[in-house]
Amino acid sequence: MLRRSHYIASVVVVALVLIILNLPDRATTRIKLAVGSLFLPLFGLASSTHELVNKTGDALTPRSELLRQNEAYRREIQQLQLQIMQSRETAEENARFRQLYAWQQKVPWKLKLANVILRDPANWWRTMQIDLGSRDGIRTNFPVLTTDGLVGRVSFVSLTHSQIVLLGDPNCKVSALVENAKHDTGIIGASGPFDGSLIELKYLPRSADIQPGQNVITSGLGGIFPKGIPIGKIVDSHQVEYGLYVEARVKLAANFSGLEEVWVLMP
Amino acid sequence: MNALNSILVLFAAFLVVFWEAAFNGIRHLLGAQVGLLPALMVYASLSTGLVTLTLTAVLGGIFLDTLSANPVGVSVLPLFIVGFIIYSQRELILRDQLFAQFVLGLAASAIVPVLTVLLMLTKGQVPMLGWGSIWQWIVMSLGGAIATPIWFQLFGLFDRSLNYRRATETSFRPDREIRRGRK
Repeated sequence: MLRRSHYIASVVVVALVLIILNLPDRATTRIKLAVGSLFLPLFGLASSTHELVNKTGDALTPRSELLRQNEAYRREIQQLQLQIMQSRETAEENARFRQLYAWQQKVPWKLKLANVILRDPANWWRTMQIDLGSRDGIRTNFPVLTTDGLVGRVSFVSLTHSQIVLLGDPNCKVSALVENAKHDTGIIGASGPFDGSLIELKYLPRSADIQPGQNVITSGLGGIFPKGIPIGKIVDSHQVEYGLYVEARVKLAANFSGLEEVWVLMP
Repeated sequence: MNALNSILVLFAAFLVVFWEAAFNGIRHLLGAQVGLLPALMVYASLSTGLVTLTLTAVLGGIFLDTLSANPVGVSVLPLFIVGFIIYSQRELILRDQLFAQFVLGLAASAIVPVLTVLLMLTKGQVPMLGWGSIWQWIVMSLGGAIATPIWFQLFGLFDRSLNYRRATETSFRPDREIRRGRK
């Protein structure tokens, strides 16, 4: 038998939920910022724990292993320096040609390294939080990538941390281009909830020449992601909607499950 | 039930939400994160008062939605509904039985995500759903079922450690004392 207090509690909770759910976006953002700030001490604790684990791992690594790694890195640096010399020459040549034909100069990317601190606790979204916020110059819709490829975009920024919506989440749509002769363009949309490494490339034209193994990069359309960031490789394709357009599955270049550090692309 | 236990339950809700976001071992292993809030709601509804139960649902739900991409407040109602149903029937539930705790945890952890997703769909938000969601749902339900008895054990331990022991009545009654010999 329900008592009066039961009815009061039920009415209060239902009313509260209805009010919060119908608040404008600005108000809910403020609530998220206010409540999120309560977790700040735990953010610090989590990153210190992570650092401690890393330091312990470093301390346990034998000296011979460190020397071997050092030698490997030294060789890699030398190779990269040679590649930089070569690409610098190509860039200068490119700039001269652009000047000659009066094309717009390409601005070099400004990148900022961020640590991944949290993942979305709900299984039906694919988001994560990084340790850079508005005080570091982060704004919404900045692209986020790793050295392997695109990861997503910044969706929510607080003072000290930001939320990244990852590729495959329903709220992260990217215009993508297949590196083939026709330069077929489609849209990266939501993926399935289980296999995070495969995403759908939708709305490709019915005449698209899609082959497994072709590279998929950002097309630069939409104004958020600059052109040329690798997304992944085509796995397979099939016609949908009675042959109106083609859909392809793309294996992501970046490994989302092991993400610890990401780069935020600043304009 | 004293105030300390209520504070502990609310603090546990705060920590649990952070744990779900910060530690991803289970997510990497099984492909889904376990939700511990429904299990905590089972404990709160069987062992605390209506105010604590309501506060756990409201604060726990808002904490979860803050660290998630969920619309703020969407997790509150499912947590409260599950907690309230158990609370209203708690005289009929054998709360100390491990099996009862397991079954209630299983049911709560199965119902809360479904209600949350339904509420989000009603609000016009389309989350990431597919056949894989069934597996995630099973993992969440079983994870919650296993976590519920652990919550009971943990809070029982806190209760024994931090609260005064209840004074037990001795079997000795002076009015029924058998006096031997003559006075």
